[in-house]
Amino acid sequence: MNLTAEQQALLDGAKGEVMAKVVKTLVMYGETFGAERMVPVTGKYGHTVISFGLKVMAPVYDMYDQLISAGLTAGQKFTADPRPLDKNVPSSFLENIVFNKIMYTQQQRYEEQLRKLGIVDDDAYSCTCYVDQMGNKPGKGDVLSWAESSAVVYANSVLGARCNRNSGMLELMGSIAGFVPEFGLLTDEGRKADWVVEVRCEKKPEAQLLGSAIGMKVMEDVPYIKGMEKWLGTELNEENCTYLKDFGAATASNGAVGLYHIANLTPEAKELGESLIKENAQVYIIDDAELARVKANYPVIWKNPDAKPQLCFVGCPHMTLKQMEDWADAIEAKLRENGLDKVTVPTVFTASPAVIKELNKTACAGRLASYGVVVSYICPLMYMNNPLCKKKAVITSSNKLRTYTSARYYTDSEILDIITSKEGKI
Amino acid sequence: MKQFKGRVVVPGTCTAEALVSRGGFNTLASYQMAIMFGDKQVKCGDQNNPDIYKKPMLGKALCLPMTIGSTTGGMVLYTVCSLGKQPACMLFSLPIDSLAASGAILGDVWTEAKMPVVDSLGDDFLNYVQTGMTVTVGEDGLVTVE
Repeated sequence: MNLTAEQQALLDGAKGEVMAKVVKTLVMYGETFGAERMVPVTGKYGHTVISFGLKVMAPVYDMYDQLISAGLTAGQKFTADPRPLDKNVPSSFLENIVFNKIMYTQQQRYEEQLRKLGIVDDDAYSCTCYVDQMGNKPGKGDVLSWAESSAVVYANSVLGARCNRNSGMLELMGSIAGFVPEFGLLTDEGRKADWVVEVRCEKKPEAQLLGSAIGMKVMEDVPYIKGMEKWLGTELNEENCTYLKDFGAATASNGAVGLYHIANLTPEAKELGESLIKENAQVYIIDDAELARVKANYPVIWKNPDAKPQLCFVGCPHMTLKQMEDWADAIEAKLRENGLDKVTVPTVFTASPAVIKELNKTACAGRLASYGVVVSYICPLMYMNNPLCKKKAVITSSNKLRTYTSARYYTDSEILDIITSKEGKI
Repeated sequence: MKQFKGRVVVPGTCTAEALVSRGGFNTLASYQMAIMFGDKQVKCGDQNNPDIYKKPMLGKALCLPMTIGSTTGGMVLYTVCSLGKQPACMLFSLPIDSLAASGAILGDVWTEAKMPVVDSLGDDFLNYVQTGMTVTVGEDGLVTVE
């Protein structure tokens, strides 16, 4: 790799041994993927996927102590993924012991480290750092040092920023150094599509299901998606951005997609059209039957597949304000139709702290509370990341949560039917 | 006996018993429970990976196509290396993915662990190697399976 004189000096130890190791890590990372140079991080903020103080990850926090002791902080402020704990979310006595005494004993230590390293503030914890209320919204062409698969795929695809699917820890090192190796999704060639996906559904596909199907097919490749114009039009309005938030998260978690293009909608597809498609790109045709096949093949790993749901999570990735307002309307109508006052399955909506603040200024917050819905800032994935949850019948409309946990996936409308039914099951 | 030539990502040599994952190796799901509960054999906890579920991973030659799953994958591998619970080596049939590369590099630069990593060994490698075979990794990325 060709380093500038300044980068080489850092590698040689001009700013100490720890900084040299940071740069060595980035150089080795770049050389593995054929990068020829480092490029400056130009996005205003970073974003780290590590938001949790897990006891077993103590070596990570020990290394962060090394960084802090060496006087290294991120050259840019950054946001982080959602916190793992919230006492408002239903949990058993045993779960509370596991969470607080076994799993997340490093939480305070880690949050203190993040303050020293440069987190924006104590509310800067969400996987949807890019929503207006959170304020970490990069511009087209910005080079980022982010991790969090759903945020990276959104930044690349919907905002036109440039970021690789970095791992936790590497993203912080990029923010500290102020530069990242140029390869993959940072290059024009790396942003070209390996797949053409033709969507031939009769009705608007469920975002989380379509994303899942595409992710599982293309894995880490870049898909160019056609056939969505009749439902999404050609403008990136709020409704479409919300759809793409959920769609992208599913592509990134059910596969390893870091960038997708949607014909006549996403910025690079609008600008460059089909010139983004590589020669000999493979083709994947999706119709309603294909989506039904994909959904039917999700394994149900509950001990009792017919169990009555004990908990419902909506909001992985975090919900927008409009999504919660729409859900409140839908729940109200269904409850009235079924002669009920409250949901019959304990239900948690998750959103960023900034969006929850906005929600709390509206009547919607009181309505959701009156229906029995808890609104929380947590990461449902972190909540479910323990052996006790495997025994719990949790339902969700998040395909990311389904992928990483024992939660069972239903479409939004199925979830609505379940949580507002008298029996509390489908 | 058969030999395969790959690309060295993290240099080193070793001889170890093969543990083969035919599908993508989910780093977080595989290691999470083992490191959380101090499993001395570091048994794989990924119930979606029938090839290696519940099999000990410590000190094995982990043979895989690529890693999949959460972007915490790199920090999980780093943690495993820090705790001395890493595989003897990681041998990828495909070009290494960014998350596995991150973890392998973090382990190499920031810990004392020795875990050679070779990628691009090809489909033939993964078709040939079976769990329980003996694998030897040379400095030049030459992998011998017998």
